[in-house]
Amino acid sequence: MLFQGSILSLILFIPTITAVILLFYPSDQRTAIRWTALAGSLISLALAVYMWFNFQPGSPDHYQFLESRDWYNVIGSSYILGVDGISLTMVLLTTLLTPLALLASFSIQERVKAYMILFLLLETGMLGVFMAIDLLLFFVFWEVGLVPMYFLIAQWGGQNRNYAALKFILYTMAGSLGLLLAVQLIGVTVGSFDLREITARWPRFDQTHTTLMGLPMSTVKSIAFWAFVVAFAIKVPVWPFHTWLPDAHTEAPTAGSMILAGVLLKLGAYGFLRLVLPLYPYQAAQYGMALAVLATLAILFGAWGAFGQDDFKRLVAYSSINHMGFVVLGIAAAALAAKSENAMLALNGAVLQMFNHGLYSAGMFFLVGVIYDRAHTRNLNDFGGIYALLPIYGSVLIFTSMASLGLPGLNGFISEFLVVRGAWPVVTVATAISMIGLFFTGAYTLKALKKVLHGPLNKRWAGHLTEMNTRELVVIAPLMVLILVIGLWPAWILDVINKAVLLWF
Amino acid sequence: MQQAQFPLLSMIIFLPAIAGLVILALPANRREWIRWTALGTALFTLLLSILLYIAYDAESGGYQWVEGPIPWIPGLGASYFVGVDGISTPLVLLGALVVAFGIMVSWNVEDRPREFFSFIMFLGTSVLGVFSSLDLFMLFFFFELAVFPKFLMIAMWGYPKTREYGAMKLTLYLFLGSVISLVGVLAMYFAAGKNTFNMLELEQAGFPLAFQQAWFPVVFLGFAILGGIFPFHSWAPDGHVAAPTAVSMLLAGVEMKVGAFAALRVAIMMMPEGARAWAWLILILATINVVYGALIALVQTDFKYVIGFSSVSHMGLVLIGFATLSTEGLLGAGMQMFSHGVMTALFFAVVGMVYDRAHTRDIAQLGGLFRKMPVAAIGFIVAGLVSMGMPGFSGFMAEFPIFMGAWQVAPVVAIIAVLGVIVTAGYILLVVRRVFFGEIPPALDKTVGDVSTMDKIVVISLSAIMIALGWFPQALMAGMIHSGVQRIVALLGGA
Repeated sequence: MLFQGSILSLILFIPTITAVILLFYPSDQRTAIRWTALAGSLISLALAVYMWFNFQPGSPDHYQFLESRDWYNVIGSSYILGVDGISLTMVLLTTLLTPLALLASFSIQERVKAYMILFLLLETGMLGVFMAIDLLLFFVFWEVGLVPMYFLIAQWGGQNRNYAALKFILYTMAGSLGLLLAVQLIGVTVGSFDLREITARWPRFDQTHTTLMGLPMSTVKSIAFWAFVVAFAIKVPVWPFHTWLPDAHTEAPTAGSMILAGVLLKLGAYGFLRLVLPLYPYQAAQYGMALAVLATLAILFGAWGAFGQDDFKRLVAYSSINHMGFVVLGIAAAALAAKSENAMLALNGAVLQMFNHGLYSAGMFFLVGVIYDRAHTRNLNDFGGIYALLPIYGSVLIFTSMASLGLPGLNGFISEFLVVRGAWPVVTVATAISMIGLFFTGAYTLKALKKVLHGPLNKRWAGHLTEMNTRELVVIAPLMVLILVIGLWPAWILDVINKAVLLWF
Repeated sequence: MQQAQFPLLSMIIFLPAIAGLVILALPANRREWIRWTALGTALFTLLLSILLYIAYDAESGGYQWVEGPIPWIPGLGASYFVGVDGISTPLVLLGALVVAFGIMVSWNVEDRPREFFSFIMFLGTSVLGVFSSLDLFMLFFFFELAVFPKFLMIAMWGYPKTREYGAMKLTLYLFLGSVISLVGVLAMYFAAGKNTFNMLELEQAGFPLAFQQAWFPVVFLGFAILGGIFPFHSWAPDGHVAAPTAVSMLLAGVEMKVGAFAALRVAIMMMPEGARAWAWLILILATINVVYGALIALVQTDFKYVIGFSSVSHMGLVLIGFATLSTEGLLGAGMQMFSHGVMTALFFAVVGMVYDRAHTRDIAQLGGLFRKMPVAAIGFIVAGLVSMGMPGFSGFMAEFPIFMGAWQVAPVVAIIAVLGVIVTAGYILLVVRRVFFGEIPPALDKTVGDVSTMDKIVVISLSAIMIALGWFPQALMAGMIHSGVQRIVALLGGA
């Protein structure tokens, strides 16, 4: 195989290398800077696709494409990268959305160089989380992505950007403190940060150690469990930890919102799958019901919150809380019914929902950006009858909204159905209520469509709005194709996810 | 322990002082001669310490580049005896680095440049001497050598409004500290009864348990005052703020490490039983350092005081690392001493660059400076990220092992100290936003320009060091420090 043993490092650091190269470009060479950034992210995408086709879904090894190098061995941490079916899917999503987001950012005129550099560093940060098989390395990447995102929001965001950026970073950092402490505790107790070793030993520590630091082992593990859960729940975000999200998503520049919703939220869900379930199977089963309740509330309140918005972007932001709720519901069901048929279905649904939401939420934020660039307003009440003016934009918007609404034949339906099918026998009431939430999903989606596209034409737009240009169509087209393909024939991706899930849980 | 074939360490220690004397002999109006002599020597010393750093063999560990012991005052048992181990080699590099960069950011000093540059060179010899000493008398000699130039530099070139106060306060506190530790050191000298100040022999003296328990706090505290330990920290912010930029860099970046290093080298390593008995007290005081320093920094309105108090907070982490007496904690403390030294030197350098151009340090009157001095602003942001313990930067790689050490002895310390991290994130982000972003006040818009090329070299080099350490902690430094830590842990009796 090509790039034997270092393909993950290449995918991970090519964006960083591109960013370093960009440092030496003169700031006024905007076109060159944009195309170089795009090219760098496309190389990562090409390698990720190549990796996808060389991945062996049925292989008994938990992780493939493993790389292991010395890093910080004196404290028990090494540079270990690897992917399984779950993280591979997320790597593909990240490497796909980044070039699209960069292309969407070609309209940025201010400080293009700094913008592109930050964006590429952000990609490395996100990819590292999905690839790290060392707990310390995981934490490093988990936090380091915050920095470029903070500056993207604070420097290129909307009117309330400073407030939103500070809230975003402080909220996430504060949430990560518990995770940091728990990571240290695990490292000190197990004596290594290698996830394979921790996964093998930490869940069984109750049997060998009855107390840790004077507390009963079960108490220590419950506290550590919640430390993990809070950090990841903030990122997902699960109600009531979601309040940073509407501000950050609304104030971020368009491409920033695409990545925030498309990838950053997945980091939280991925944390649940990679760390919480394998490391705390008993605690997860014990507290799974609480998680299911929070997920249901997120689905309901997310939908209601979205319905109440007059700002198009804020509406889409709240919809993320609603959709990510299904991911958490699937995870909660799997935690409660570990190793059952239902758990497998729910987890398949959850992982696929992560991928799917990445596609259509990025698409939705992009489309909001497209209309905002033209109208300079996002107030739903200012629009109306736009379909007649912009038929292509209108069709694309309807298509993407339908995926988000869960229309059969498009991708959202498949994953939400899987989650619901898996969760129903386990947490029947919560699932039933969540399905009522689906009704509200329909309501807010249609409300947005109606207010923007239909109804009487607001006269001020006549002759002032231009149709989507080629660049914008190139951004949205790959997303639409994937939305349709997964909706009609999900087997190619579900096969990879399912085999990984079977191996793990 | 092998004798050095070539007196590399002696050259590193004494070159700055020789240059200091040469500069004093130059005519006062020859500014070019003066500053180029200073910079040339400092850069050459830096080059030699980089060589020393690269040549240090972490695999075999122990003291290397040893010279002596050569009898110096035979009646006392004092000798000239130098050598470096895994802990002190990075500190020698740090000292040489900050001296050279301190000179670069002071390039345009107009008031009595001859004395200014000469005194900086003496300060350099003083800190480099402490880090390399293997003889206790010599260590003290170098330790005290710094007092005179420090006092004069703050009082003569400092911030006019507070320089007399800052200089007096700093000097009196540090005098108090050294008197206390001197008493302790003399007690050790007599108790050992070997008529020697040779530190390697004193380590093996095996002081009685009761003696160690009684004298450890005296020696440790005396030195730790210079390390900024609570409640004797208040000289630090006042002194740092009153001092001219280069001296602030040296004080916070290197002098505070001199205090911490001496506390480790003399108190902990020579009286391990005493350290074990008193570790709980150091843990408490140092934890207060971390949280209290961060909280006070949060409410400062003076740009320079923010950084002054942040040093108090960060040195607390070093002391926590010491007090854990564990491999991880000591390793982290060693990393933190270097990382904090580089970070705070960069902080004070940028604060100086801003003040020189804006002529105010009132945060409320600053703003939007990113556009005027982007490189300096990015440097400040990088230092800020190091300061808030952001992964990917050196601060995290230093703090993480310290917390691991704390978990082993007192989990509650780890939990409380980590709260200091979020407060740090708060004050750093606030000050970055207020000073470098937002609207630029009209008065500053006209007057403020970009920093000089030499300033940019300083900012970029220091930033690069911190990022490199954040990604390659062990390859670049932790391996070396670990070899030094193993020796300390052995003295502490295994564990």
